[in-house]
Amino acid sequence: MNWKMWSLKKSVWVFHVNCGACNNCDIEIVNLLTPKFDVERFGIKLVGSPRHADALLVTGVGTKQAARRLQEVYRQTAKPCVVFCMGACACGTGIFEGAYHVAGPVDEVVKEVDPNAIIAYVPGCPPKPEAMISGVVKALAAI
Amino acid sequence: MIREELDRRLAEVEEKLIGIERTRDNRIYLLCDAENVYSICQFLFDELALRFVISSGVDAEHCFEVLHHFSADACGCVVTVKAFIRDRAAPEIESITPLIPGAEWIEREMHDILGIHFKNHPNLQRLILHDDWPQGVYPLRKEVQL
Amino acid sequence: MSETVRKSVLAVGPFHPLQEEMEFFQLTVDGETVTDINVRLSYNHRGIEKLSETLQFDQIPFLVSRICGICSASHPLAYVQAVEEIAQVEVPERALYVRTIINELERIHSHLLWVGLAGHFIGYDTVFMWAWKYREPVLDLLEEITGNRNNYGNVKVGGCREDVPDELKPKILAELDVIEQKTEMLTKAVLDDPVLHARLKGVGILKKDDAVKFAVTGPTARGSGVDIDVRHDDTYAAYGALDWKVISQPEGDVFAKAVVRLLETFESIKMVREALRKLPKGPVAAEVKEIPPGEGCGHAEAPRGETFHYVRSDGGNRPVRHKVRAPSYVNVPSFKASCIGEHIADVTLTLAAVDPCYSCTERVAVVDGRRQVVHNYASLLQLSREKTARLRKEIGAPEMKLEDL
Repeated sequence: MNWKMWSLKKSVWVFHVNCGACNNCDIEIVNLLTPKFDVERFGIKLVGSPRHADALLVTGVGTKQAARRLQEVYRQTAKPCVVFCMGACACGTGIFEGAYHVAGPVDEVVKEVDPNAIIAYVPGCPPKPEAMISGVVKALAAI
Repeated sequence: MIREELDRRLAEVEEKLIGIERTRDNRIYLLCDAENVYSICQFLFDELALRFVISSGVDAEHCFEVLHHFSADACGCVVTVKAFIRDRAAPEIESITPLIPGAEWIEREMHDILGIHFKNHPNLQRLILHDDWPQGVYPLRKEVQL
Repeated sequence: MSETVRKSVLAVGPFHPLQEEMEFFQLTVDGETVTDINVRLSYNHRGIEKLSETLQFDQIPFLVSRICGICSASHPLAYVQAVEEIAQVEVPERALYVRTIINELERIHSHLLWVGLAGHFIGYDTVFMWAWKYREPVLDLLEEITGNRNNYGNVKVGGCREDVPDELKPKILAELDVIEQKTEMLTKAVLDDPVLHARLKGVGILKKDDAVKFAVTGPTARGSGVDIDVRHDDTYAAYGALDWKVISQPEGDVFAKAVVRLLETFESIKMVREALRKLPKGPVAAEVKEIPPGEGCGHAEAPRGETFHYVRSDGGNRPVRHKVRAPSYVNVPSFKASCIGEHIADVTLTLAAVDPCYSCTERVAVVDGRRQVVHNYASLLQLSREKTARLRKEIGAPEMKLEDL
């Protein structure tokens, strides 16, 4: 493991990208920061700019209007980074499959810019906060 | 406004209507041609002080329908103005945005997804379809299949 | 506006670091004052109305509950009410009560969520942490009743899918007591704080006639003295049988909206208690064979305002048209009335006061002539917090470091 990957796994700073979600996953993500779950204990912090982030938490189907913006955010993120697809929509467009304004799923949108992107999936509608924490831990253990 | 008064006042616009339907106690549909829609909405909004709820654009088989839903909150009654646009090739109807600013977005939306043109709309720009959406394709029309 | 007035354009969005959805605002500013506002939607447009035409009547509640994660009880409710109107279904009484309980629990957690976010925007992160902590038990209750923390999927045409089990009643009542006590504390902390009075009063005023013109609903309307509430005006579920009152405030500023939401939370707690006490015995769903041709309008009071669904059936097993109007769709354009003339530092808060499904700001570029200064989300939040600090000083509240706010 090179030192970049080693350092990536300590105190992961995340940037939250909503690209057409119903707000559910998003609220559960914010929930992670509040007293009951409090992931800041582990150094996980929501940051205001993708340039500061080690990981992107992507929610939503990836609408056609949002897809290009998501790619732009991915380009701006410091590499190496991990893309987390949070929720059923981000993992595989879920219930919105086939709708006319959907460009997703998110992994395909991201892979258009970087075929070697590290992508992790946390399914659920919405995934429980516990599932999100567990997903992040598993992904970090795997890379 | 109590229910009886609403019924009585609605009779004032009767000559502009094709018909009145009552599907349930507190659901009234006023059927009209596209030309009369502005004056009827004006009557409902200004005279009767009904609250504008939303509009629905419908692709019926031979025509387009624009439904302006109003709510008479004092008696819990939903009054819907159903206007028929018979010209399928170039659907056009008068905008009610100059009257009700709250209708701006929904008319832009119907313009986007059904291709109905709203006359006198102050700002009929694209609202909800993405920037590269092809001109002349209206996703909510029946000929567009998912 | 004369041509000599300095015009700068401030772009807000489309991504923000908080939980909210994407939205793109263009604020035209003259110095610190906002003179115009323009919005670009589409980032979140998923084409639900078209998708709905391809689904069967009993599948659609699951789709519409995913329109908005926090209104995931009100959207399906409005939809099934529209379909029940077409099919003339008599819904069992117990189902009506269960619907009421789920919807009011949703309102409690949604209003607490808003109070927390509003606190965050003006730099009171303590309020944010408290409010979100106390809404957790509500989510746990909902999970126990319906099986999911959000997206309950509990209503169906003709009734409900899951019942409120009788053995859960004592637990719900006990939790409600705790929630009520905590909300009381929170309300006192918010309403008695002189800094908050100074910071929120007179900010982002939406006048009553503007509220009518922009056709706003929910707490946004009730905070401007328009006392409309679908639960009261066109009563549905079991609201007609419960004892509660519509809360409204005449001022129209952010403070009034906060008061409306906080007091409504207590009404909701009261309603859940009463509904649990009166919960009749019996089945929770009626059998619905088929949906005849026809059209129906269903509306329900979501935490943010009226949710309206129009459904048309041709007698088949799928609707031919399904129109959805979420409350934010009419509440958001009222920014045009409430933000203009405000300071940039107040815009975040004014946008948030409507409780839209987005409200936070980031990556703001202030374009000033040919020079380009780039503000980011942090600096905009900083502006808002600095103002709070300044006000604290003016009214002689104990000094606090900006970072602590």
